[in-house]
Amino acid sequence: MALLQIAEPGQSTVPHQHRLAAGIDLGTTNSLVASVQSGMPKTLPDANGEDILPSIVSYQSDKVLVGNAAKALAISDPQNTIVSAKRLIGRSLADIQQKYPNLPYTFSGDKAHPTIATVVGDINPVQVSSQILTNLVERATQALGGDLEGVVITVPAYFDDAQRQSTKDAAQLAGVNVLRLLNEPTAAAVAYGLDSGQEGVIAVYDLGGGTFDISVLRLNKGIFEVLSTGGDSALGGDDFDNAIVDYLVSQFNLQRPLSHQLERQLLEQACKAKELLSSQDSVDIDVEHQANTLTLSMTKAQLNALISPLVSKTLRACRRALKDAGVSIEEVQEVVMVGGSTRVPLVREQVGQYFKRLPLTSIDPDKVVAIGAAIQADVLAGNKPDSEMLLLDVTPLSLGLETMGGLVEKVIPRNSTIPVAKAQEFTTFKDGQTAMAVHVLQGERELVEDCRSLARFELRGIPAMTAGAAHIRVTFKVDADGLLSVSAMEKSTGVEAAIEVKPSFGLEDGDIIKMLQESVTHAKDDIQARMLKEQQVEASRVVEGVEAALVVDGERLLSPQERTAIENALQELTKISQSSEIARIEQAIKDVDTITASFAERRMDSSIKTALAGHSVDEV
Amino acid sequence: MAVTMTAAAAERVKSFLTNRGKGIGLRLGIKTTGCSGLAYVIEFVDDLNADDEVFAVNDVNIIIDSKSLAYLEGTELDFVKEGLNEGFQFTNPNAKGECGCGESFNV
Repeated sequence: MALLQIAEPGQSTVPHQHRLAAGIDLGTTNSLVASVQSGMPKTLPDANGEDILPSIVSYQSDKVLVGNAAKALAISDPQNTIVSAKRLIGRSLADIQQKYPNLPYTFSGDKAHPTIATVVGDINPVQVSSQILTNLVERATQALGGDLEGVVITVPAYFDDAQRQSTKDAAQLAGVNVLRLLNEPTAAAVAYGLDSGQEGVIAVYDLGGGTFDISVLRLNKGIFEVLSTGGDSALGGDDFDNAIVDYLVSQFNLQRPLSHQLERQLLEQACKAKELLSSQDSVDIDVEHQANTLTLSMTKAQLNALISPLVSKTLRACRRALKDAGVSIEEVQEVVMVGGSTRVPLVREQVGQYFKRLPLTSIDPDKVVAIGAAIQADVLAGNKPDSEMLLLDVTPLSLGLETMGGLVEKVIPRNSTIPVAKAQEFTTFKDGQTAMAVHVLQGERELVEDCRSLARFELRGIPAMTAGAAHIRVTFKVDADGLLSVSAMEKSTGVEAAIEVKPSFGLEDGDIIKMLQESVTHAKDDIQARMLKEQQVEASRVVEGVEAALVVDGERLLSPQERTAIENALQELTKISQSSEIARIEQAIKDVDTITASFAERRMDSSIKTALAGHSVDEV
Repeated sequence: MAVTMTAAAAERVKSFLTNRGKGIGLRLGIKTTGCSGLAYVIEFVDDLNADDEVFAVNDVNIIIDSKSLAYLEGTELDFVKEGLNEGFQFTNPNAKGECGCGESFNV
């Protein structure tokens, strides 16, 4: 007998047409799955009643372990047990080694697609994430009693194309249909129903075990725009625990290094004390050491003093994020708390004081992202036909392509709502040019070298025409998951080339923020650089054009003196265009224009004569 | 009493209604569909229809339209957990046969 769920009025589905969907919070440390049942979103526990699945996968010669079973092996078998694969996904080896120099893994594979050598062979981070997804999807399939129509997976707002694509690949590998990738802060806002609330600015404060993220969102006509992101990828609740451990070590007069056992005991006690002090004013800590029991009473005030510097650090990141977003504290309408560490009363107090409003904490901060994803999955699967909720995200950085002179032409500006498709027409630069290289870039700066290269491809088979005559339409498409595809088509022949952007390396967490900041700081330089490049490109276009004309008609229409004068002017222009003096290049271009004016006139007359030769005036 | 409800089911319905924040009760009904002809309807109710009858069962308003009532007479609604899955189940003395998955039935 099937188990039924309560539907919204008038929305009972026909048997065998229940569309089951789930939301997955694929976290760095922990992952969760949630679904909407009987109109209520809730996280789905495993057979042991645990909601949280540690994001750990252990590869053993006879089996693959996921979650708590793998966690047990993280210390005894670190090389084959992969922790926090999310930090590695969509990144190059250089990125990983620079950022996390102390990982216990043996890396293999090529530089752009690093893999981890384990007893069962090379494993890439996509496979690890896929194992975690498989586990959660199986759990949801059992809990919901049927196959899933699809899932919504959450990703950090700062994830770039490579990281999003890799996450989607992981889902594909796990055999699950991705309805949408959703930004984590957006999911948290959805869980609190803010998407149907008042339009305005929302701050999402996410303090997890090992990372801190602050996101500033703006809700505008049902669309969440990410105004800025910030944070610290090495700050979290674990640091609170470590601060308490350090305090205990000094209070107990212990000398480091301590035995692993004692360290672990201290850490357990510290973690317990932190949790207990959320609801009581003091706690007794007992630690067994060399047949003695060391005892200490710790008060809430003492805990606050220990962690206060860490909380202040998060608030500084909040201030920066607000500044980047260009909004004042007063404009922030709601503050959403995400992550287990936001249970600490001091964190809530300080965040509340900083933003001058009571943060939203009613939904379990460990589950809020998964719950938001579940609500979105329910809508996308089509279980709420009447719902008007169409949640859209935006592109985090501008997308564009390289034009002559190393300049970036933006095709899709930053913060465009997705899905989006935009086309722009480009033309050939040289006479008889039959191919065009398309270089796809992401970033806010004006010059190619300052933006991130995403992909390159070539459009071939353009018919030979004079420079500027070909019409090449380049279309950029970003789908609802924020993934980009680019196509180029020459309009007269219809020849086409396209690429799905699967970039080979990832950006650092802070890179997007850095890139945005740089675009502001360097705005003036960039404009200067752009003007210079434009003049240089114009100069070389003029030189090429005149030289081509000289080859064809120079002999016939010019006296030797005139020809020498033009050639000198061209030489002068070529020389000046190497310099960085915009005004002088501009002047030199004008000079060439003037000196070639009569030559151009004669060429025109001559071609008209040729065209009219043999025709009587009456015919014209 | 037209229909009954176990304590577990009543408790669940109440908590779902509270969490939903609105609604006057729970609609039980049947509709003609599915591979065995009829399927159960279980929905929240915001507005009553003209042919609805309201029953108070274990402090919960159960709303059944007059056409469905004939097929549901004597039915017990239960809330059960099967492994990880949980949901509502109808025990209907009028049902003569069910399809394989039990989502639809005939009388």
